[in-house]
Amino acid sequence: MDSALIPKGVRRCSFGQFILFIAIVGAVLLWGVFAMLLCWLKGLNQTNMNDYYGFALWIWADLAVIALGGGAFFSGFLKYIMGKDELKNIINYAVLIGFICYSSALLILAIDIGQPLRGWFIFWHANVHSMLTEVAFCLSCYFAVLTIEYIPLILENRQLDRVPFFHNLSHNMHEVMAVFAATGAFLSFFHQGSLGGVAGVLFGRPFAYREGIFIWPWTFFLFTWSAAACGPCFTIFVTWLTEKITRKKLVKDNVIELLAKISGWMLATYTFAKIIDTWYWAAVTAPSAGFWLPDFYSGNALYGPWILFLEIIICGVIPAFILVTDTGRKNRTTLMTAVILAVIGVCLNRWVMVLQVMAVPVMPFDKWVLYYPSWQEVATTILPVAYGVILIAISYRYLPIFPQEKELNPAD
Amino acid sequence: MNKEHSKAKKYGMVIDLDKCTGCGACMVACMAENNVPFKKDETNKLDSITWMRVYKLTNGKSFPNTEICYLPRPCMHCEGQHGHSPCVSVCPATATDYSQETGIVSQIYTRCFGCRYCMAACPYHARYFNWWDPVWPEGMEKSLNPKVSVRMRGIVEKCSFCFHRYQSAMEKAYYEERKELEEGEYQTACTQACPADAITFGDLNNPDHAVCQLKKSKNAFRLLERLGTNPKVYYVSTREWVRRSGDNYLRGYEKEGKVKKHRELAGH
Repeated sequence: MDSALIPKGVRRCSFGQFILFIAIVGAVLLWGVFAMLLCWLKGLNQTNMNDYYGFALWIWADLAVIALGGGAFFSGFLKYIMGKDELKNIINYAVLIGFICYSSALLILAIDIGQPLRGWFIFWHANVHSMLTEVAFCLSCYFAVLTIEYIPLILENRQLDRVPFFHNLSHNMHEVMAVFAATGAFLSFFHQGSLGGVAGVLFGRPFAYREGIFIWPWTFFLFTWSAAACGPCFTIFVTWLTEKITRKKLVKDNVIELLAKISGWMLATYTFAKIIDTWYWAAVTAPSAGFWLPDFYSGNALYGPWILFLEIIICGVIPAFILVTDTGRKNRTTLMTAVILAVIGVCLNRWVMVLQVMAVPVMPFDKWVLYYPSWQEVATTILPVAYGVILIAISYRYLPIFPQEKELNPAD
Repeated sequence: MNKEHSKAKKYGMVIDLDKCTGCGACMVACMAENNVPFKKDETNKLDSITWMRVYKLTNGKSFPNTEICYLPRPCMHCEGQHGHSPCVSVCPATATDYSQETGIVSQIYTRCFGCRYCMAACPYHARYFNWWDPVWPEGMEKSLNPKVSVRMRGIVEKCSFCFHRYQSAMEKAYYEERKELEEGEYQTACTQACPADAITFGDLNNPDHAVCQLKKSKNAFRLLERLGTNPKVYYVSTREWVRRSGDNYLRGYEKEGKVKKHRELAGH
């Protein structure tokens, strides 16, 4: 039925199967849209946030998807700036995943603010001292860059490509893509960092506060670093998942292994830096504010030392070790284990830097306050996932996302 | 330079915790004065708005050695370093501001878009989000204070040190061709409502104001002083355990490094 739109020389499931899949995921999406409308129409009283948890699940989701979307900027940086040409075989997918992650982050932010119609105030009345201002500017600009990077891919659709104007536009955009990739990398280094700065500058919250260089706390650099390390891991993970679902090999092993190797070294150096940061924070920064390390990990039902161990050792040291070794990368099981651990690690880091910051009591007579999200918060957090799945499904079906697909899956 | 130009003020409070009985009159007066909205059911204190909140502290000892202290907590109107208070420096839309003229941290309700970053930044939990639109019991809207705007759903609010009273007092002073206010001309609602006279309010920079002397007491302290928030609310208590409840102390660490630096910054 839609065969005229499907790229030549590749096989896709039947249109009926495709529509059924979209309908199932679409139902989840509608559930999220319903929750989103409730939050917009009735207000944030639909959530379980409170005056202790001004930042909660949504801000975590924002930080997490932006870190995971870091595969786009870092792969682009490696391909266009560092000249790793093999990555051209995965860059389209990295851009698509990045586009989904960043558009999701913007959507979540639009739900998260109490007065969505005033969202533009962040640009109009910008406070240059606020890390959130920097986030808003860089994030919006980078989303525009990602859109520019995604457009030529859309224009490569079989039918659109037949229109001379679109064909030439796509070709010319490809020619100048290095400029956008460089711009994107520059913007990403800043906004990934500013997201780390959001927590790191909170000098009233000893659990989050870090010293640093000039106006940038150490978390600024750690967030950029971890996004560059774990974003590509997420790209690898989603590629693997897509291969499992479509039951096809879509990207050659050498491409995946190259990206995994670079990710591994980034993760290894990041984990080393994170250990030093944690040690300095525990030995100097936190005590100067009146806290020993155990104060942050005791006296409550959830946040124990296990979370630090899980983040740094299980999801940092172990995957880094696997990814930097040749045998670790070549074995698909260990590779995917490492990639999944790295993804969990970065998500856990963002959780800790948002939710645990809110949970730790600062005044001596205050108490730990824990929180669980309402169904509306959960649904609106799943909403971008459903949206992402649908966009990937449509893009995969109608666009030549994987340049090696034909070669790896020759038609009968 | 104009010699008549008024000197920068630094309004603040000194609260005598040995006098406070925990009656809550300050909380009630604050809510009435500032049109603070409330819910039908106020049992969940995590989403109740209380610009002034009274905490109950205990020395942790069992009977008969148990001691109780009530600690009223308004916004601390932190100065931080050069006006970079924890909340002001993070607000992305400049919806909260530190006044160098009065030392008061303001909240611009019409500019706040409800990101709640300021709440995350405040270690005192002095900032509150309007989770609901304010709804007043029928007839009560007629008794709202006309000098204070009510706030809508989706924005943050907090204690303003009854800033509208400062504005009224200044208007009167200008009309009388004065540039300075007498101590009694500008007082917060909580200060006036306290039956035990535990709260003293005034200009911390003005030696003629009582607060300027009271804050120098050896029994004076501020909450979480070592964080560098540089608050303008002082507490006084003759009981050591109460004074130590104002901050997190680590054995052998008090006089070192940053703690000392922050105290010097605050003029101690």
